[in-house]
Formats: sequence, structure tokens, C-alpha cells
Amino acid sequence: MKAPLSWIKEYVSLPTELGVEEITDRLTALGLKLEAIETSGAGIEGPLVVGQVLTADAEPQKNGKTINWCSVDVGDANGTGEPQGIVCGAHNFVPGDKVVVILPGGVLPGNFQISARKTYGHLSAGMICSARELGLGEEADGIIVLPADAPAPGTDARGVLGLGEEIIEFEINPDRAYALSMRGIARDAALGFDVPFHDPAQIDFPVADGSGYPVRLEDEGCDYFVTRVITGFDPAAPTPEFIKKRLEATGVRSISLAVDVSNYVMMELGQPTHCYDRAKLTGDIVVRRASEGEKITTLDDVVRVLSEEDLLITDDSGPIGIAGVMGGASTEISETTTEIVVEAAHFDPTTVFRSQKRHKLPSEASKRFERGVDPLLPPAAAERVVELLVEHGGGQAVGVSEVGSMASPATRAPLKTITIPVDLPARIIGLDIDEATVVKSLELIGAGVTVSGDSLTATVPTYRVDLTDPYDLVEEVARIVGYDQVPSVLPRRATGGGLTRAQQLRRRIGRALAGAGLVEVVDFPFVGEADFDRLGLPADDVLRHTVKLANPLSSEEPGYTTTLLPGLLKVAARNVSRGQDGVSLFETATVAFPVDQAAPIYGVDRRPTDEELEKLLAAIPRQPLHLGVVLAGERTRGGWWGAAETASWADAIDVVRRLGSELGVAVEVASASRAPWHPGRCAVVSIDGVEFGHAGELHPNVCKAFGLPARSAAVEIDLDFLISKVPATAAGPVFSTMPIAKEDVALTVPVEVTVAAVEAALREGAGELLETVRLFDVYEGDQVGEGKKSLAFALRFRAPDRTLKAEETAAARDAAVARAAELTGAVQR
Amino acid sequence: MSGPNTDYDPVEVTPLKAEEVEAAREAALVAIDAASSLEELKQTRLDHAGDRSPLALANREIGALPPAARKDAGQRVGKARGAVNQALAARQKVLEAEHEARMLVEETVDVTLPTDRFPAGGRHPLTTGAEYIADIFVAMGWEVAEGPLIEAEWLNFDALNLGPDHPARTMQDTFWTEPAENHVVLRTHTSPVQARTMLTREAPIYVVCPGRVFRTDEYDATHSPMFHQVEGLAIDEGISMANLKGTLDHFATQMFGEGIVTRFRPSYFPFTEPSAEVDLTCFVCRGAQVIDGVTCRTCKGEGWIEWGGCGIVNPRVLVACGVDPEKYSGFAFGMGIDRTLMFRTGLSDLRTLFEGDVRLTTAFGSEL
Repeated sequence: MKAPLSWIKEYVSLPTELGVEEITDRLTALGLKLEAIETSGAGIEGPLVVGQVLTADAEPQKNGKTINWCSVDVGDANGTGEPQGIVCGAHNFVPGDKVVVILPGGVLPGNFQISARKTYGHLSAGMICSARELGLGEEADGIIVLPADAPAPGTDARGVLGLGEEIIEFEINPDRAYALSMRGIARDAALGFDVPFHDPAQIDFPVADGSGYPVRLEDEGCDYFVTRVITGFDPAAPTPEFIKKRLEATGVRSISLAVDVSNYVMMELGQPTHCYDRAKLTGDIVVRRASEGEKITTLDDVVRVLSEEDLLITDDSGPIGIAGVMGGASTEISETTTEIVVEAAHFDPTTVFRSQKRHKLPSEASKRFERGVDPLLPPAAAERVVELLVEHGGGQAVGVSEVGSMASPATRAPLKTITIPVDLPARIIGLDIDEATVVKSLELIGAGVTVSGDSLTATVPTYRVDLTDPYDLVEEVARIVGYDQVPSVLPRRATGGGLTRAQQLRRRIGRALAGAGLVEVVDFPFVGEADFDRLGLPADDVLRHTVKLANPLSSEEPGYTTTLLPGLLKVAARNVSRGQDGVSLFETATVAFPVDQAAPIYGVDRRPTDEELEKLLAAIPRQPLHLGVVLAGERTRGGWWGAAETASWADAIDVVRRLGSELGVAVEVASASRAPWHPGRCAVVSIDGVEFGHAGELHPNVCKAFGLPARSAAVEIDLDFLISKVPATAAGPVFSTMPIAKEDVALTVPVEVTVAAVEAALREGAGELLETVRLFDVYEGDQVGEGKKSLAFALRFRAPDRTLKAEETAAARDAAVARAAELTGAVQR
Repeated sequence: MSGPNTDYDPVEVTPLKAEEVEAAREAALVAIDAASSLEELKQTRLDHAGDRSPLALANREIGALPPAARKDAGQRVGKARGAVNQALAARQKVLEAEHEARMLVEETVDVTLPTDRFPAGGRHPLTTGAEYIADIFVAMGWEVAEGPLIEAEWLNFDALNLGPDHPARTMQDTFWTEPAENHVVLRTHTSPVQARTMLTREAPIYVVCPGRVFRTDEYDATHSPMFHQVEGLAIDEGISMANLKGTLDHFATQMFGEGIVTRFRPSYFPFTEPSAEVDLTCFVCRGAQVIDGVTCRTCKGEGWIEWGGCGIVNPRVLVACGVDPEKYSGFAFGMGIDRTLMFRTGLSDLRTLFEGDVRLTTAFGSEL
């Protein structure tokens, strides 16, 4: 909301010594936040004077343009009193016109230095200015032509142009609809400085006698509708300069006198109004809801199909306006309009809000109606419109009608009252505020206050439609007393139990992964079919079934992802393309799996029951926390110690195993075949027989599709599951300090036998004396024969209570080998 | 075994002659002194103290002497052998020390060689940042509450006094899921976690909720469709705006250092009343507005930086979430973690946080 300071000052007796910053500081403290202060004409320096065009010779140029070579009287401003020769490209003036001239030595906004320069074969000494060049508006239909009665040539033009006006831009919160007007801003300025407020709505207006345009209200969405009629209006009458300038300052384009006046009054009072060409109205105005499918062409010449919920202004011809949103084209004021019907009405905020949303037509009017306009404003606003139209457009006011429940005190709803404990503001603000201060604060906003014992009742003024609840009054007291008065006192009763186990473990997992050389990344969760295709997922893969977004940022990525890998693989490829020889990345984030249930919308006047809550929570997509890892290219660097090692399937599986040992969970690894992994180099990982993810080398096609180095590896596991399997306490180990006995065995097995199977058999056979078993070599080749491999295991034996004898160790070793032979066909070499 | 030969004249046993013993000792000492390496010393030891050395041979003859002569000869040879062994040991020590010193010199390496065989990992600054913030509150006895990113519309909006026709709902550009009648959204703020906490816990409640949120903002240097917030909620008897101010001042000081406090300005949020915008003392100029005579660029000379929003929990929210507004009051606050992080670290482009370049994360190490 932009407001020229001079306009605000019309309605409030601010001390003259107050500067604009003191005023805006106070208003910001009251909740009308300063966005910016602009000064019109800022950036203009040097001689800016009134000039009078003496001659203008049109000279066509080779480039197709025609310029005017002008001689301009600038009085004595150029020091010589001689006419100034100036080239001008505009054509909206004739000799005799008074214009605005900047002379050499002057500066225009944007640090545009003016000097005498050769152009189009002339020495152009200065410039005839347009509004845009002066920073006064966006439009430049030509240069500024001043009224004939403008001061004599050579006079400083700043005064004529009204430069130096301070325009304050406020950010108005949605609850302070009243501040979307000079009236409302002035009112807060008045209470802020405790000075008198002169309400521009406190004006006399004629008593409604049914002489206006006839109106019938057929819907409760409108409770006040005032019509005024003007006849003999001059459609050619121009908008007076002061209205133009003020509208421009508030950011509203000047269109025509009738439209400009309507907008002017909206800015002044906050009440939107509308003008109809009476000649185009047929029959009574009727306010009603639309029939489904009914149509209207709005002022922007768009045909809009209406909904039953839209509130309409209609006449016998059909809809002529969407209430509070936009008028219709068919009854628009035109250059032939001589009779005007002025509408000032009050509409239901929700109705206006929904229509505006439905038709995507946010307007200055709807912005005010949906937030809440003072319901008693229509007659005053109508009077102001009529007054200005008659004054500047001729004609006379001939009729006034009012309908609606708000029109008569007899049918009007009583003023709203709010009762609070007198000490509520003090308690909630946490500041010692006495009763007198509370009462005065509420009176300053225009409330009637009565105190009875410990309770206070405030009668809310009609302009404050936002005040409905006890705490609303607390905020009013707080802002008037001043938020800066609130003391700083820590609450004392928090006695929490610290981080939960899961929260601690998540941190630990992150640290463990970082310690293993993995770099954490954060990525968006949006995904599309192309991503799944690149992963090589089958058409019916469960991962393709995503939660779909109704309004995705990109139509290519309409889903909320079910897997972290597409994002991670893209990030890895980005790093590689930026020159990394190897990247090891991890991401922990939730993924989502749809549940096909609707979440209910409950009322808010009570807590939902536990059953209701359960139903609500059951409808929310399942969102487990996943860990994704990608290892691409070099896993260790090369250097003087040797060559770099490339990441492999083993590194990926080791990430999961390491996490398992970090958390004290036994992770089982088995071979699996699952996209996007290499079918022969993919492990499924499980705990207690429950699978919770996969790890291994990516399918070569996936590496290609994502632009990753060959043999890149990846992991994706369900972290919530892993964390749920972490024991609450670790069992303290019991270990022997007796001497160790070492035995190595080499076993030949068929290639398809897994190491895990052989190892398990060795463990089983060796019995309790076995402490560890570790594979230290694998050999395939001529010496072991076709289809076989040799596995070398180091067995370590130890007894809890004695030094093992050689025979005991040998017996345990032999038993281990025998069991391996029995279960896996192993033959000792 | 024959008896001792009492007539035997030791003087006649050549190796035991005093001058012979003395000569052997001298020869040994000279040789030991001349040994210049541990290998040479080893040979010298064999030559002069070994089984076949003159003194060893002499020693062997002693048994053959008549008892009367044994003592004298034994002393003479024993002394000589003792002197040789002592010299050997001393020389051994010297040579070992020399060898060790030489070895250490020879083994010298260039310690400036690279050692980065295993590239460093790191945690994302958003993760460590959120933990840093959470820890400030945990230290005050608060707990960390969490909730899902895809959330029921009722919890994201209605329960927070954002009814379907509330104008404020238009301020939040929401990602909706399909079908619309399922009423499920990507949460637009972390506030539904507050609602969940109140719905499932008894007061008093002191929780902080860091988390990821979504809005349909275009992606640029200062906007992102996904960003991070931290919200706090305190519900207790007698909670006031003063408690809110106290908590945020403490938070600001812990986060940005001594002298950094907050300022409140009236504002509007549907879920709080009264509501306030929170400004933070500019942590660059520390409120001075100018640095070395130049207007502070971070706060543009304001001395303050916008930090977030806060207020007293609207009693309507308490009612919808099952908290008795007659008995309890509460405060809530929320600020952007990404923004706070950018303040702390001087990052200028929000997108840097989300594009996954490892150079971002590794620059922060594993902690913020």
C-alpha cells in the first residue's frame, strides 16, 4: 500500500516538526510496516524549468524518424534570455505549449547527465522532458504539456510538477484491512502520536429516499447497497491533476474521470465503489447468486463462466458484475456516458474471496472486501464519489437509494462486544499494565470500554472487522503500549529428556558415514517417469507408484519420490562433470509411498477424538527415512603410495556392514537381482531375515543413462528399520586372555558356492573354541580346475580358561573342514 | 683324573706368563678401539674374547697349575678378560649409537608429501545447522519434535486457524497432492508438528521442530521450492510474550554471540495472537549500522535483520488441538534455517545448498 504523506496528513493533525522517518517508525511499531519511502523527483538535479515552445520544425530523418527542431523560451534560466534550441522526438505538442525543460548541467534520474550535444545536425541544448524521464510514471506517450496557466518560462518546474512528495509504501498485514486506506493509516498515526483524527468518512450525505437506482437484494452475501444517480455528466471532462498525481503515487493508472474518482475514494476511505452507465442498465439491479454456467464478460473483456457460489450484480440483461471483484463490460462507463449510477455496497468477505480465487481475478476491490471493509462506509463513500464527479465532471446528483440490513439502525446487527479479564493483556504480554492503560489503549482505537469488577467489555468500532477474540484486544494493547516494552524473561519449567534414541542414532549414522569419507547432500524429492526409466525399473515396479502432485514445479517431475537414487545419481554426475575424479555421496531423507485414503477435514471447535485422529493419520502417505549412497569413480586417491582405487560393489556393501557394526546390528548379506543394480553384483541386506535395502554395483546401462563412470556403485536402505533394530543396550563382551592358536585352511569349492556359506559351515563345525574366521584369499585358475575356486581362511581358536593344546586345535580345525565338506562340497587342498 | 702336578712351574707355561697376558690384553684393547663398525667389532670380539682367543686359551691352562699358582694366574687372566669385555661393551654401545643415528638420518622423509589417500567426507551444513539449533534448545530442557513432510491438510492449515477461506492461506503457495479430495499437502511450514505435539502430548510442552518444508516458489538465488524451518512451541501455565522474548534473545545470543538480541514488531499470523515479526541485531555491524564509516551492507544500515515470526499461540489453535486455553497459554516462533545458515556463513546463493556440489559440504568439515 503506497500512501503520499501529504494525503495522510489531511486527516491527522501531526506536529509539523515530525519527519517522515519518525512517522514511519511509529507506524511500523504499530503494525503498519514500512517497506520503502520514495520521494517523487528524486534524482533530478540542476535547472529544471518551465519552457514555452516558440517554434517546432518537423524534420524527417534518414532513419525514418521525424524530429522536431524547437526553439524554447526558458526565460532567464539559461543566463542569456535567448530562446534555447532543443531537438525533441515527441509530437504531442505545438508551438505555444508550456513544457518542462532540463538545461545543460542538469541531471535526470539514473544519473543521466544533460549537456549540449550535436544530434540530427543541430546543437541540442537541453531536453524537453516526459514523465518517465523524470521518474514520475511508467508511461511516456510524449512529453509533459503543462496547463496554459502554468507559471512563466524560466520558473523552477519542481513546484509545478509537485516534486518532492514523500510516498510511503507500507506492507499491510491481512488482518489490518482498515490500513488499506488513507483513512485507516491516518487513524493509526493519530493514535500513535495521540493527536486528533479527522475522519474523511464523517461527512453529510443525503437521506436515501428511493430516488436512486432501484436495487433488490436477493442474497445475504450483500447487506448494504447504496445507489446514487448523476445526470448531465461530461464524459470528456479530464481528471484533475491532484487526483492523477495521487493515484499515480499509489500505483493506480489514470483511466477516466469516473474510474479515477472511484479509485480515489477507495484509496481515501478503503471502500470500493463502481460506476455504471445508466443508459446501459435495463430494469432493476438485482444482487443474487449465479446460476451454474451463467456467463459474464468482465471489464477486462474476458468471458467468464460463473459458479453457483458467485455473487452477482445483475439487471434484466443478466450479470453486470461479480460482486466485489470486477464489473461487467456491458454497462461500462464510456466516452458517451452522461448518466451515471454509482454503487457503494458491502459484500460478504468469503464470497468475494472465493470468486476472486475461482476466476483468478485479484483486484484492489477484492483485496479490501475479502479482508473486511467497514460495513457502514457505503453512504459516505457514495457521497464522496458523487461530490467529486459533480465537481469535476459537471452534472448533478439526482437520486439516492439504500437497501440492505445495514441500511437502517433498526435492522442493523448490534455492534460487536468482546469481554476480557482486565488483567488479560498484562498476563499475556508479561508486562505490568494497569487498568487505565488498557482502557485508554482500547479507546484510542475507537472502542467503547466499560469495566465491571475484573472484567472489561469493549464495543468494537465498525472499521475494525478483524477484532473478534479476547486475544485480539491483547494485541491492540500490546502494540499501543509498544512491543519494545516487552521484557525478556526465560520460561523456567522445561524439563525435557534430551534427544530421543532415534534422533541420537541418526546423528551417529551421519557422523559414521562422513567418517567413512562420504559427503552428505540435500536434494529435492521430485521425480518423473523418465527417472524411473533411466533406473531401468520394470513397468510395474512398486517404486513407480508415487504420490502425485497436483501442481508440480515441472510437469516432467510430477511425483514425490519413492527412491533417493535418481536425485543422488544426478548429483553425482553433476560433480563428475564439474571435475571430480570420484564422488562418494550420501543422503538421508524420507521417501513416500501412497496410501489410497482421504484425510478428513474436521472442525476446529474441539480436538478430534482419538479415533478421528487415527483416521486422519492413516490417510497420510507412508514416509520411511531412507539412506541413499552413490560411489562413483575414485574411492581412494592415487599418489606416491600407489594407484587410485575405483569404487566397486564391495565398497557399497561395506557401507551397510559398517553401519551395522557401528550400531551393533548384525547385517546379513545375500545376493539379489534388483534394478537399478547389476544383476550379478547386487546384494540384498537384511536383519533378522527382514530385507531393508540393497547395495552393489549399478547396472552398466544405468551408469550410462546418468552419465556416471563405469562400475559406479550405490546403496539404498530403510534407515527407520535399521534404527528400530538397534539394541537398547549393548551386551558387554566376555573375552579370553589365554594365548591364541592360529590355523589356516585352503578349501576348494564349486564357484557358485558363496563364501558366506563356507564360512558358516566352518563356524558350525569348529565349535566353541573358534574365535574368528576370516577369508584372506580367493583363487580361481588352472591349479584348482574348471568351475572351482580356492578359498583361504584364517581360523583363530582360543579357550576361555587354558592354553589350547596342538591336538585340540587340530581337532577343531578338522571338524570345521569336515562340516564345510559336508555342507558345501569343500575339499581341503 | 690325575692329581695336581705340584712341581709345575707356572712361569714355564707360556700363555700364562705375565707379559703374555698383558700383551694379549693390549692387543685386544687396540683392536676394539680400532673397530669402526658393528661388523668389525663382531670379528674383534671373536678374535680377542672368543673361545679361541689368547686370553680364553690362557684361561683354560689355569686349571692345570698347581693350586699355589692358580690364584695368581687366575687373577691376572681374569682381570685382563674383564678389561677386554668392558672395552667391548663400551665400544658396542658407541657403535650402536652411531649406527642408530645414521639410520635415522637415512630414513628421513619429506613430511610435506600428500597424505590424502582417503578423501574426507562431511555432513551437510543444513544438517549440522539444524542440530546446532536443536542443541541450544535441548540444553534448555526442550525436546525435538518431528513430523512427516507430506501432511494432512487439516493439520497443515485448519488446526492452525487457517480455515479454507482464510486470506492468509493464499499467502502460502501450497503443493497439493492428487486427488485433491484426499486433502493431503506437502507441508508449507513446520507448524503441523506443533499441532501434532499438542494433539498427542500433555502440557507443559517445550518443543523445537527443525524440518523441511515446501512452497511453490520458483527456484532462484533467494527462493527455493524446498527449504528448512525451525519452529518452537511452549505451552504452559502463565506463558507470556516476555517468555517468548526471553527465549528468542537466548537463542540469538547462543547462535550469533554475545550482544545479539531480538526486537519485536507487530505482525499477523493466523496461528498466533498477538503476533510479531522478529528482528535480529545485525551480527555483522552488531547493531552499529556502519562499519569503518561505511553503511553495513548486511543490514543495509538498519542495524537489524529480519529473522522470523512469532507470537502467543492463538487460543483457537489450542482448542482445536485439545489444550485448555483457560488453563494454559503458549508461544510459538519460526525462522528459516537456510536463511539463518546463510547469515552465519556468508553464502549468497540459496541454490548452493541444494545442488549437491561436494565442495560445499567439505568446506564445512563435519560441523558447522
